[in-house]
Amino acid sequence: MTSVTNGADLKVLNLTKEFGNHRVLQETNLEISPGEFVAIVGRSGCGKSTLLRLIAGLERPSEGRVLINGEPVKGLNRSTRMMFQDSRLLMWKRVLENVGLGLRKQWRDRARWALQQVGLDDRATDYPTVLSGGQRQRVALARALVSDPRLLLLDEPLGALDALTRIEMQRLVERLWQEQQFTALLVTHDVEEAVTLADRVILIEAGRITMDLPITFSRPRQRGDAAFAATVEHVLERVLNTGAIRRERADTNEDFALSK
Amino acid sequence: MQKTLNKRALDQVIPWAVPISLIIIWQLLAQTGLLSTRVLPAPIAVFQAGIHLLSTGELIRNIAVSATRAFTGFLIGGGIGFALGLLNGISSTSEKLLDTSFQMLRNIPHLAMIPLVILWFGIGEEAKLFLVSVGVFFPIYLNTFHGVRTVDPGLLEMGKIYGLKPLELFWQVILPSALPSILIGVRFALGIMWLTLIVAETIASDSGIGYMAMNAREFMQTDVVVFSILVYALLGKLADATAKLLEAKLLDWHPSYQTTTA
Repeated sequence: MTSVTNGADLKVLNLTKEFGNHRVLQETNLEISPGEFVAIVGRSGCGKSTLLRLIAGLERPSEGRVLINGEPVKGLNRSTRMMFQDSRLLMWKRVLENVGLGLRKQWRDRARWALQQVGLDDRATDYPTVLSGGQRQRVALARALVSDPRLLLLDEPLGALDALTRIEMQRLVERLWQEQQFTALLVTHDVEEAVTLADRVILIEAGRITMDLPITFSRPRQRGDAAFAATVEHVLERVLNTGAIRRERADTNEDFALSK
Repeated sequence: MQKTLNKRALDQVIPWAVPISLIIIWQLLAQTGLLSTRVLPAPIAVFQAGIHLLSTGELIRNIAVSATRAFTGFLIGGGIGFALGLLNGISSTSEKLLDTSFQMLRNIPHLAMIPLVILWFGIGEEAKLFLVSVGVFFPIYLNTFHGVRTVDPGLLEMGKIYGLKPLELFWQVILPSALPSILIGVRFALGIMWLTLIVAETIASDSGIGYMAMNAREFMQTDVVVFSILVYALLGKLADATAKLLEAKLLDWHPSYQTTTA
């Protein structure tokens, strides 16, 4: 079932997105090579989810464009799949049917295979309502992977899970990504998660990309490793630093407009 | 162990204690003549009247007529209400055009329209069917509309991403999501259907349970009258119980209907 075709080649060109008067993304440029795992971090409201949704084709850009394998994104792309913070499973369908959603031929076999990959094939006939949050996200992951996507977009998919389940899911995502070689784009507020999983960590501040840091540690990454921890600290400081800079400016200007 | 068994048996019996006592008191009052048979016949007399009607086949015939009227009206009014509820739920253009008009009409008590209905349709079957249909229309329309409107937009978004076409989105996402609300509308509509039928059958009928009751009233057969009321009550309860069963079957995936969790 593993595919030998490469992951999607992604280019974001001068992307701008406005909601009314509010500019969420400003002339963003980004290039992602096939099979890369890129994490996007940043504070709430910085525009990272919007960027993901523009790449998914769920929103239209105000200016600029997104190219997947050279083709401009116009609405939903057939080989792009997305995972959300909530599992968005259909409660009235059994787990196997949820995984096979949208598949046409031989969906049962393929769905069963995908469930095996996430270790839940023994729950195939259950309704989602009896599963835990972590199990539901695993089903959602199986559903995302069953159609062999070339681009997987992950919008804070582990945010609602407990710490231990989160670590297990990270390992699962990493393993499946290594096996299937799709391009992965992960939006997360968890800096450690970003450094654990990604080849590159990108920081978005107020709609602009202000940091693009390659992560070169070998996989699987060791949480306790000194260099790893130092990198996490560095990125975290960078993310939080915006607060410090704004506070300095506010003090000198005697302007107390602190946002977020 | 014995204690809990006794307690369980007691719990089953206790709810019946008051009604059964009341029936016994009723029987005694009627037997001793303290309660005139013109006011309320003895329970045994009512029961005997029922047996008699059953043996002549009258009961079955009249129940069949009433039930047919009720359910035909339900299908017509409910069918239209369901279709329009779906339409207005899905198409905002349709909603803008039609919904306000429906909300205004809803406030007219349909039973108050009876004199008008008689003028329009006479006193035949059409009048009764019309009344039942109108009564049933609104709860089904409202709950279907609400059910479709409150589909989780996140699920719709997910469905589109995973390649579901509009018709598939409807059958696999929108309709199942709206089903709990639709079924509430059905249960409510069943109650109204039955109530409307009872009133409609007081408009000169020549068949049905209402006819049976009115005929008996002409001949001062209070036992048959009381029995007819009981039949109405029983059939209403049956309809509601069927709806509950339907609900349990169609909504077995819903968290509220689960008895076990992971």
